Amino acid sequence: MIKIVGLEKSFNNQTVLRGVNLNISDKELLAIIGESGGGKSVLLRLLIGLIKPDKGKIIVEGEDVAELRGRALHTIRDKFGVVFQGGALFDSMTVYENISFPLKEKTKLNDAEIDQRVERALEDVGLKGIETKYPAEISGGMKKRVALARALVTEPKIVLFDEPTTGLDPIILHSIHKLIVDTHRKYGFTGVMISHDIPEIFDVVDRIAFLYKGVIEVEGTPDEIKTSSDPVVRQFITGGLKGPIQTS
Amino acid sequence: MIIVRLIRAMGSRTLTIVRTMGDMFIFLLHALLHIFIPPFKHRLLLREIRFIGTRSMTVIILMGSFTGMVIALQSFYTLRKVGSEALVGPAVALSLIRELGPVLSALTVTGRAGSALSAEIGIMRITEQIDALTSMALNPIRYLITPKIVAAIIVFPLLTSLYDVIGIFGGYLVSVKLLGITAGTYFSQMKQFVDMQDVTIGLYKSLSFGVIVLWTCCYKGFYTGYGAEGVSKATTEAVVMSSVLIIIWDYFIGSLFL
Repeated sequence: MIKIVGLEKSFNNQTVLRGVNLNISDKELLAIIGESGGGKSVLLRLLIGLIKPDKGKIIVEGEDVAELRGRALHTIRDKFGVVFQGGALFDSMTVYENISFPLKEKTKLNDAEIDQRVERALEDVGLKGIETKYPAEISGGMKKRVALARALVTEPKIVLFDEPTTGLDPIILHSIHKLIVDTHRKYGFTGVMISHDIPEIFDVVDRIAFLYKGVIEVEGTPDEIKTSSDPVVRQFITGGLKGPIQTS
Repeated sequence: MIIVRLIRAMGSRTLTIVRTMGDMFIFLLHALLHIFIPPFKHRLLLREIRFIGTRSMTVIILMGSFTGMVIALQSFYTLRKVGSEALVGPAVALSLIRELGPVLSALTVTGRAGSALSAEIGIMRITEQIDALTSMALNPIRYLITPKIVAAIIVFPLLTSLYDVIGIFGGYLVSVKLLGITAGTYFSQMKQFVDMQDVTIGLYKSLSFGVIVLWTCCYKGFYTGYGAEGVSKATTEAVVMSSVLIIIWDYFIGSLFL
């Protein structure tokens, strides 16, 4: 479904991605792990065309996102739902308005149908009765759930998660992971998740790609990553201070 | 070597300025283009009219009344030296309608609403709300910028008119109730000296100031730097740049209509 070929990206002479190659299958849930500041979020932004690569291709359903402009780019973006790191909920809107916003703007559904879809999305993420609250009035965990509901309400084919559990306590973290697994099963989307949650992520996703020094160092199933003999991967998943990954 | 480095630095700076001007111009064109492309965002427009216009009324009334009073006071003592204190009315009216009304109301709205809008858009940028809009295949300029610029086009001339009327009334209070000029003198002289062209120039000025203020503030917020510091810097730059542009544009438009 998604094919990334030789993707390169630099900012102010600092190379972040040096030739990323990655295939993501239909309805697969893939996690991208790697060092902080290693270019994972950049990769996610490139996937949806928020920034353009210096080189390489991002093929989504046969179309190169990097080459698309205007209406064609909008059409491909309609296939995506994105859960941003902080939720990126619109401050000036209530929870209901946030979730219904893409439906009101992008579809011709009537008010009753929109109400129904919003209600179902909130039910799926385990939140009901907070429709009239503003983002500032709800907790961090709730914001992530509302962001997930907003991403899912249009029933996209691909959902991107940018560190969906950052800043959450372990119990909420597990509940968000469970929610992602449950909604993935229910909606059948292709999911790409940026995560630092090791080892929890091994129980959540189908496959893991490890981004290191601007390339995909290793990719495989959680079991393959767990048992990998690559010293970089070993150091990363054990969190050791000694090894090829240097901390400054 | 030093000269080469100096020339290179100047060239680089000039290129940055030219590029920024080009970006700003494209940003404005983009925002203006969406005025004519449906669907129109009426609700957003009304929200912005309320924020930029209705909520600025109190400060406009306060500023306008005291500006009129100050002009009346100063004009009276200056004109009395040449025995022309009867011309206080036209002095107040012309100063306000042609110059001070549009300029001071624009500066007031820049401080009250422009800075807030710049910060609001900047915060939306750093909290990825603008990216969220883009990722939904929606154009953030259409949602965030166009309604604000249209609201400014509607609201600025109205606020300026209010400023002028309140200022003239403030001048009346000082001239008639405090300094002893008759109400008839104050208003009849005003009617004789102020013509429709003065009013039109004032309104043109305020309309163009509205576009300048919102364009600058929105641009600075939209392309803010990282974090709280970035937003703070963008807001400061927006206010300073808007204020400077208002005065520069006031000179050009003033000399054009003289």
